[in-house]
Amino acid sequence: MFARVIPIVIKEFLELRRDKGARFLLVVPPILQMLIFGYAASYEVYHVSTSVLDFDHSQESRDLISRFTSSNRFNVVKVAQSPREISETIDASDAAVALVIHAGFAELLRKGQAAPLQVIVDGTNSNTALIALGYVNAIAAGFAQDYQTDLMQRIQGVRGTRQVQVTLEQRPWFNEDLNGQWFFVPGLIGTLTLVIIVNLTAFAIVREREVGTLEQIMVSPIRPAELILGKTVPFFIVGLGEVALVVAVGILWFQVPFVGNPLVLLLGSSLFLFSTLALGLLISTVCSTQQQAFSLNFFVLNPFFILSGFSFPISSMPQVLQWFTYLNPLRYYLVVIRGTFLKGVGLSVLWPELAAMAAIALILLATSILRFRKSLE
Amino acid sequence: MKLRRFKAIAVKEVLQIWRDPRSLMIALLLPFTQMFLFGYGVNLDLKHIPVCTFDREGSQLSQALLKHFQVSQYFAIVHNVNGYPEMVAAIDKADCGLGIVIPPDFSERLNDSGAASVQAILDGTDDNTANIAFGYAAAVVSGYSNDVQLSQLDRQGRTLQLIQPMVVQSRVWFNEDLESRNFIIPGLVAVIMALVGAQLTSLTISREWERGTMELLISTPVKPSEVMFGKLAPYLVLGWLDAAFCLAIAVLWFGVPYRGTIFALFLTTTLFLFVVLSIGYLLSVLIRSQVGASQIALVVTLLPTVLLSGYVFPIDQMPSFIQDVTYLIYSRYYVTILKAIFLKGAGILDLLTPILFLVAYTLAVVVLAARAFHKRLA
Repeated sequence: MFARVIPIVIKEFLELRRDKGARFLLVVPPILQMLIFGYAASYEVYHVSTSVLDFDHSQESRDLISRFTSSNRFNVVKVAQSPREISETIDASDAAVALVIHAGFAELLRKGQAAPLQVIVDGTNSNTALIALGYVNAIAAGFAQDYQTDLMQRIQGVRGTRQVQVTLEQRPWFNEDLNGQWFFVPGLIGTLTLVIIVNLTAFAIVREREVGTLEQIMVSPIRPAELILGKTVPFFIVGLGEVALVVAVGILWFQVPFVGNPLVLLLGSSLFLFSTLALGLLISTVCSTQQQAFSLNFFVLNPFFILSGFSFPISSMPQVLQWFTYLNPLRYYLVVIRGTFLKGVGLSVLWPELAAMAAIALILLATSILRFRKSLE
Repeated sequence: MKLRRFKAIAVKEVLQIWRDPRSLMIALLLPFTQMFLFGYGVNLDLKHIPVCTFDREGSQLSQALLKHFQVSQYFAIVHNVNGYPEMVAAIDKADCGLGIVIPPDFSERLNDSGAASVQAILDGTDDNTANIAFGYAAAVVSGYSNDVQLSQLDRQGRTLQLIQPMVVQSRVWFNEDLESRNFIIPGLVAVIMALVGAQLTSLTISREWERGTMELLISTPVKPSEVMFGKLAPYLVLGWLDAAFCLAIAVLWFGVPYRGTIFALFLTTTLFLFVVLSIGYLLSVLIRSQVGASQIALVVTLLPTVLLSGYVFPIDQMPSFIQDVTYLIYSRYYVTILKAIFLKGAGILDLLTPILFLVAYTLAVVVLAARAFHKRLA
């Protein structure tokens, strides 16, 4: 059996070696994409463009605004003079947040009555809006707290009304600074590998079919399983190289800490590669033209990407879609890669994910061998 | 450019599309399925975040706090653990995203000094979820401390009103309920159209080369511009169909508010289709092998469109050199346009900048593509 597998492996490597374009495509785009997307993919919110309208012009209102100016979460881009200007800046997306302080703000504050701070948020991007609102509330609460303490100290008469305060201490594990890159860069490693490998292998057989060399292979004594195996091995080796490349960019360039066991990551990556290779090969055996393979690629890759938990939490999806995610090898790989990178967990935690990827790989490989046998007839 | 030859190419292309039903089906089904999949799958609203609690005190006050978490729609208490190792295991396995630890002296401190603290252990792997979860948890805890204060005042027989020096009155415009679906789905239409459009045309020329029909085409008197427009025209119709599908699903099925005019939508969609189709065509001309063309098409469309177009990840939060890169991502303009038309009801005049960018893009790509195609065999 191996006597027949090895020539195919050699043939595939030769084909890759003689295709300068393919070699270029294997190295440069992944690195470039890692670098660009690693910076682009983030939900962190800083420097929200803010416009301010202060009708009160009091010491208090200026103090409140200066808290926003000095925070790195907000960036006051416009000091408006009228409500119209405020709505214009929001309409034109020049500002995402507008703060309006009405006349009499300071007076209400001094009386101890609830003084309103009006906040207008552009909800177009609901996620950013939600996070920005959280920061507005935090700054406002800080201001209110300080003002109140100040007031209490000045008016000694209200002794006895003790302030009850339960504080919630934030203890993020694994990613103490809640750095968005640490979440997305490991995810990108998995996503890029999926896209590259499926796209490579999806053409592996259909190209032979279209160019006409498949018939030559058919008349040789090579069996379907041997052909599939022979096609898998070189792509597997290339895939491991790809993973190493993007992992290196993640660790060396983005400085994402790697606290886990590299061997667990290697095992996870191998199983993931097998399942994606098998997926690509299956696409390749199902299609009869390269155009079909290409369209099917899009058809398949997108859902894999969306339903993986790369950026959209799986727990927020409807139940039916959550079931679908169980069929997705990327879903498991992301758990493995984030688990090994950030959490440092080992086999005892990750075994279900590893087993699931192995099962997917086996089923897909077996299906593509069977499919291929059928298409020979 | 002669209309007769343009028509001949267009008819040939239509026949070719028609006789490859599998590809046609994919072209029509793709946007359909993707809309549903993404529409439901892409959701950033957090509800029922799994919580583990570790109540080291077990008093009335601590249980009351946990009760507050239980009734909140944002949290679902899934585990009550009895020790740190259990908590660690639950967070390691990602069984819960938030751990609440109540210290053993919680009620004592609350009764003595009125100041107690509770720990929120967050799974920081997903920083966005962690951030939002913490925000909700802080709101729950502050609601609780208000309750405690009120009941204490009550017991002392005093009805002194709480001093609340300031209230934040927030109003959200354009997407009043802050539904992530409303902002994601218009962008999604742009993303799907970018992907489908490019893959429709990216193989039209390389296919002719690989099948050997290019020689036939070259031997005819047809001109490069006639080939291009003849090949693009049928796909433009297909693109319109796909776009109409997607937009209809967005409005009718997902109920995304639509506040703009149909005219603005039609104009910008057509412009955008021109860009994506001619980019696919350009790639197809430049790269002779189908594999190469598809590789590049995938590299320049799929991930850049998803990650750099601003459809989920806000562009203004990216580092400035990445922001410069996004100007090259043509979907960026259409995403901006669609969001503005859908949610803000923007008209042509409000959208002049992105429309001009799209026009410039179209011209550049069309000129490049027309020039790149030579009727030469070598």
